Amino acid sequence: MPDAILEPPPHTVPAVFTRALLDWLPWLEPLAVDALTERHMTALVDAARAKSDYFRLLARDPEALRARTLTDKDIFYNADAGLPRAERELAAAATSRFNGCIYCASVHSRFSATYSKREADVQRLLDEGVNANLGERWNAIVAAAVALSTTPITFGSQHVERLRGAALDDLAIADVIHAAAFFNWANRLMLSLGEPAAPAQP
Amino acid sequence: MSGTDTDVIDTLVGIKPGSALDAIRNRRPDARTQAQASYRALFAPESAGSITATERFAVAAFVSGLHGETETASFYAAGLAASGASPELRRAIDAAIAAAKGRGPYGSYPAGPLSREDAPGPTHCVAAETRHELGSRLAAAFDHMHLLVFHPRDAAPATLQGLLDAGWSTTDIVTLSQIAAFLSFQIRVIAGLRALAGAA
Repeated sequence: MPDAILEPPPHTVPAVFTRALLDWLPWLEPLAVDALTERHMTALVDAARAKSDYFRLLARDPEALRARTLTDKDIFYNADAGLPRAERELAAAATSRFNGCIYCASVHSRFSATYSKREADVQRLLDEGVNANLGERWNAIVAAAVALSTTPITFGSQHVERLRGAALDDLAIADVIHAAAFFNWANRLMLSLGEPAAPAQP
Repeated sequence: MSGTDTDVIDTLVGIKPGSALDAIRNRRPDARTQAQASYRALFAPESAGSITATERFAVAAFVSGLHGETETASFYAAGLAASGASPELRRAIDAAIAAAKGRGPYGSYPAGPLSREDAPGPTHCVAAETRHELGSRLAAAFDHMHLLVFHPRDAAPATLQGLLDAGWSTTDIVTLSQIAAFLSFQIRVIAGLRALAGAA
């Protein structure tokens, strides 16, 4: 059978940025669960990811998926100093808000709100966009993520200076750079290989 | 092109062993090695599947050229030449880059409250003459890469259909998408770390 585009089942398209839990529906056929080999499971890194259509679709290129996943984990989960997790997630959410990835923004705004306990500020980023006033430290992180996400890139020494002024050391600034850069990777996969769906009403 | 064991980000940022940035990258050792492993997986994979090295570097030369980051674009242009691409193909890719430059991100949202943030912009179609030089397979890939670089939120099933129609398989599309998406990361890490080094 020739490869074909999948027709997503009837669903509610989320029309706003939200911290609610969303589904993601693939436009291309993921690998079947029972077709996953040892090589695919190694690529998925966490066995639980075999349940995800998104990861089973990316598992079609297992080497690329495994390296992507291990890059992601170190950027966000490595707890050795640098930027607090809440603010790595803020950079991810701001990047996703700016690029327009409603799915990624939902996941990482939830994480940022959970770790920072600043639900209202995170919600303001989603509602008002990347120019929302979140206080100078968060504004500096959001502005840096945005300047890195434009094409051509507009991030420069003025952004570094502003982050230093907001008490980020150079390891923390490197974490902002990596978190925003990584979500330029993730947003493009999530936006172009499928679409978000609001969960069916119970 | 340098060997695939030379760290591309270190090379293009100009990070020297023992420098402050070298120490910072070492604090996130997996991010460092796996960013390079991603490069290897996409440009020197153990199993190339149905995408040739020249196709991989052609796409990378186009994507990095659109970003306008000179050193990174030169690196992938050199990779393209080393992959055995003909001078005609390389000229066609240069022409495609020159014709496709723009500013992003733009695009539309699902109809509703976000529609006021819709930012219209061009949907790219490689010019007929360049399309002939690239061949229909690469031309379709370039049209999709332009969308991924500048306006990914406009993606729709129809944009993937164009790739299937040009002979790319589902698995090929996953790899092509990873190439564009990974480069969007790698190019930004390089630009960001260079700015950090410059602001010392």
